[in-house]
Parts: sequence; structure tokens; C-alpha cells
Amino acid sequence: MLTNLFDGVAYGMLLFVIACGLSVTLGLMNLINLAHGAFAMAGGYITVVLVNRVGVPFFAALPLAFILSAAIGLALERTLYVHVYKKTHLEQVMFSIGLVFMAMTAVSFVIGSEQKFITVPAFLDNRYEVFGVSMGAYRLLIIVVCGLLAGSLQYIIARTRFGSQLRAAVDDPTVARGLGINVDLVFAATFAVGSGLAGLGGALGANLLGLDPTFPVKYMVYFLIVVAVGGSAGMTGPLVAAILLGIADVSGKYYLPQFGSFIIYVFMIVVLLWRPQGLFAKVGGR
Amino acid sequence: MSTHAENIAAASKALRQVSRVKPAEIVFWLAALATFFFLPDQYLLLNEVVITGLFAVSLDLVIGYGGIVSLGHAAFFGFGCYFAGLLTKFAVPDPILGLVLAGIATGALGFVTSFLVLRGSDLTRIMVTLSVGVLLGEIANRMPWLTGGADGLQGVAPGLLLGRFEFDIFGKIAYGYSLAVTFVLFVIARRFVFSPFGWSIRAVKQNALRTSAIGIPVNGRLVVVYTIAAAYAGIAGALLAQTTSFVSLDVLAFHRSADLLLVLIIGGTGYLYGGLIGALLFKLVQDTLANFTPEYWEFWIGLILVAIVMIGRDRITGLPMHLARRLRGASA
Repeated sequence: MLTNLFDGVAYGMLLFVIACGLSVTLGLMNLINLAHGAFAMAGGYITVVLVNRVGVPFFAALPLAFILSAAIGLALERTLYVHVYKKTHLEQVMFSIGLVFMAMTAVSFVIGSEQKFITVPAFLDNRYEVFGVSMGAYRLLIIVVCGLLAGSLQYIIARTRFGSQLRAAVDDPTVARGLGINVDLVFAATFAVGSGLAGLGGALGANLLGLDPTFPVKYMVYFLIVVAVGGSAGMTGPLVAAILLGIADVSGKYYLPQFGSFIIYVFMIVVLLWRPQGLFAKVGGR
Repeated sequence: MSTHAENIAAASKALRQVSRVKPAEIVFWLAALATFFFLPDQYLLLNEVVITGLFAVSLDLVIGYGGIVSLGHAAFFGFGCYFAGLLTKFAVPDPILGLVLAGIATGALGFVTSFLVLRGSDLTRIMVTLSVGVLLGEIANRMPWLTGGADGLQGVAPGLLLGRFEFDIFGKIAYGYSLAVTFVLFVIARRFVFSPFGWSIRAVKQNALRTSAIGIPVNGRLVVVYTIAAAYAGIAGALLAQTTSFVSLDVLAFHRSADLLLVLIIGGTGYLYGGLIGALLFKLVQDTLANFTPEYWEFWIGLILVAIVMIGRDRITGLPMHLARRLRGASA
């Protein structure tokens, strides 16, 4: 029971780290980016190649996954996404689906379509018994890393100068420009960090979520749920939504395997009917 | 000063002019009919084109007229496909009766789910339609005793068409059947969108608030157009089940909804023909790419999607008009 809860929290934390970039681009910047999962997949495959083929230690590969995914995100933002911010939602959907198709086929062409696993250090396979709860070291690591990330993100957005510039740029780009904020730079940096975090999440979660070329489509709905249910007011909403989602999915699959992922979808449809702006949306805000 | 009566006369004249059957439309359908007589070795591909075309017309009703961005339209296509497949296999072998029943059943499903897309932003609608599609796919996958699961539903053998024609292995009757059904449904759809009711749906898309202010029930209009579109998609799916004698889980897959969006974007939204033209172009491109790289053709489909958005849809769909104007300008 508690073990399931623990696994669910780890899973939810992972979803949060992958999806938090999306909650800024989609939730705040209003860009429907269905290709967000592709950045997570990129991070996962970068780590696979670095650890399994090149022989980089796992813990050294994680920051590299972040940096490289962020670089890919930055390059795409500067060349392609920057032209899509102003387009209609239908066109954003088309554009990002196109990117997903390209990413999926490119990966299966270069690396192959079978599922990949990252060789992690042996001590991460340990399990600890604490008050009758069996905790895997690997999941513990995920919870710690993701928890730290969530905390620092909340701090950056709520407390720092960059965070307030971002919030200003999102609320009203024109006035923000008038105040001397380099809106393009802020957006590009945000997009890059979001992609990098997705890549880091993908690298951390590759063994847990299952890494194959269908990854971006398989988890697309999950990432969208985190954003849509969590709303876009700060990082707390998405974090709570992601953890709830993780717990619901893990325990749903454990206790009611015949229903599988039904619970998640039904839950999401009900929430969106009940509160179309998300569970934690600020009242009266955008 | 024009009087009220004159204004009304001018407006209804303008509307009638828009809805008049244009020579190009007659040429279009004559060309479609010609393929039936002159391209006998392409029946299987043409059959797919026509079915995809009807499916895309259905999505055009939702997006181009209703203004609802749907990412799960395959739900209705797949539902109609399974419904007709099971009906033909176990209960009603008559193809046309099966088609009608599949249309009614899918329309009912569309009616029920239409209430899910009335509220919320584009994002909410995208997610809800996407989830309904995934849910139906899961259900079909989890009920192998009924749907055949991953093996697909085999042995769908429809009876004689109109009591006379047998479906042959070359697909001649199948293609003729699909083409005729698509033509009839297209004509009905065309009547529908040019009716006062159809104009009011376009008004909803342009400005829901103002439309409700002049006394048109916005939600009621959206429910109707969504239900009709679902029935159309269901009939398209039923055609596929009957003419290929096989239903697989693939009919409910996500990529089918995504591909359909591409079809519609290639052809253009909001004038019905876009679905048919887009289906033809899409299938030709897909066929060529699949011959060229059987495994990786989706990469190029993705590239086309990105390119279309980058270049701008208006510029692509406006290109023929632009060229025509240039030519006319040059000759004058």
C-alpha cells in the first residue's frame, strides 16, 4: 500500500519534471506544443548513447542530457517555434505533431525501434525497508532530484528577477518590451530550460517509463494532463497534479489492472468538464 | 437609401450566388466518375482515397464550420468501422442497411460526446477529443472476444449490394459503392452548409458571443454539427470495414486523427472540397513515400506538416488563385 504510494510519488515527480517546461510554454505562453515529449525522449536517448556506448558515468550523463536537450530546444525555438507563437492553435497542433512524427522516425532510423534501458550504477538497484515501506534506491533518487528541482523552479519563478521578467513577458509582451525587458530572450531561455528539464526527466525516467520511439505519443496525454489539471498559476498546481496523477496511475494499474489507463482518462475528462481552466487555476486570471 | 426589403433581397441574392453549383464542381465530380471507368488497376487505392475524403469532409464540418479543433476524430471513424464490421459479421449482411445503422449509431455517440466539447478553450477540446479517442482504442484493445483485439476483426463478408452486385476481389464494386455513397453524402453536406442553419453555424465559429446575442443557440448548433460530423465519420469507417472485409485496431489509432488533420490542411478547411482534394494528394504522397521508404515515410509526412505551417497555409491554398489572377492579368 505505502510502497505503491511511494512508487506513485516517484512517478509523479518524474512527470512533473518532464512537464513543468510545458506548463510554462503551454500554460503561460499559450503555445500548444504537443512535441514536448520529444525533448524528454531526446534526453533519454542521449543518456542511453552516452552511458551504454560511450561509457560516461550515469551521474555525469544526467547534466549532459539536460544541456544537450536544452541546446536542441534552444535551436528549435530560435529557428522554428519563434514563428509559431502567433499562429492559430490548429496550426500549432499541426506543427508540433509534425515535429513528433519526425522525431519518432528519426530515432527509430538512427537507434532502432526496440525498447532501450540505461545501465545504472549497481547501488541504485538496492531496496530499503523503512517502517515497512519498501523503497527502491532508484526511485528515492528520482524523488530527491525532482523535489529539489521543483523547489528551485518555484523559487526562480516567484522570487528572482528573471522570474518576474518572465511573468511580465507572459502577461503582456508589449508592455514588457516597453519596460526594457528582452521578451524574445526571456522566452527563448524559458523554452530552453523547459526542454532541458524534459530531457533530464526523460533521462532519469527512461528505465521507469520505458524508452522507445513511441514515447512522445504514449505520454503526450500525461504531460497535457499535468498542465491542464494543474493550471498555470505557479509551479505548485502542476506539481500537485503530477503527483496525484502518478499515484492514481500506479495504484490504478496495481489494484484494477483490468481498467488499466481508463481511470486516468476518465478522471481527466471529468476534471476538465468540472473546471475547464484546471483544478488550481487562479480565479479571474488568464 | 436602400430600404429594408432591398437589403434582404440583396443579401439573399448574395447567399444564393455563393451556394450556386459552379462549373468547376461539375468537372470535379465528372473526373471522379471517370476514374471509375478508366483506372481499373487503381481501385484499391482510389477506394482508400474516397473513404479518407469522406472522413476528412466530416472533420471539415467540425473544424472548418464548427470551429472545434479535434484531435480524436478517429474515435468516430473507428467506432463506425467496428460497428459495421460486427453488424455485417453477426447480424445484418446487407451493406446499405449496415451503413445506415452504423451512421445512426455513430451519430448517437457523437451526440453524447458533443457535450464534452462545448466548454473550455481549444486546449481543453484538444485534450478531451484526444482522450475520447484513446479511450475507445483502449476499449477495443481490451475486448478481444468482441473486436478480435490486436489480431483485428476478420471475416467481415457483406452480402450483395442492392441484392445484385457481389463485392469482387478487384475492388470494382467496392470503389463504385464508396464513390456513390461519398457523392450522395457530399451533396447532402453541401445542402446543409449552405442552408440558413449552416450559415448560422459559421456565424458561431466567427463570433460565438455575437451569435448568441442575435438569438442563435450556440451550443445547440455545435451539438448538431458535431453529431452530423460523427455520423459521417462513422459511415466512412463503415465503408472501410465493408469494402476491405477487415477491421484492425489501427482505425482508432492516434496517428489516424493526426493524419486526417494533415489531409484537411493540405486541402484547406471550410469549403468541403478541401477534404476530398486533400485526401487525394495525401494518399498519393503517402503511397509514393511508402514505396520509397516503407518504414520511415512518417518522417516526410512530419516534414510536410512543419513546412506547411512555416510557409503559411493561406499562401499555399491561395497559390492557385494567385496564379490564376496572374495569368488572367498577363493575358488581358
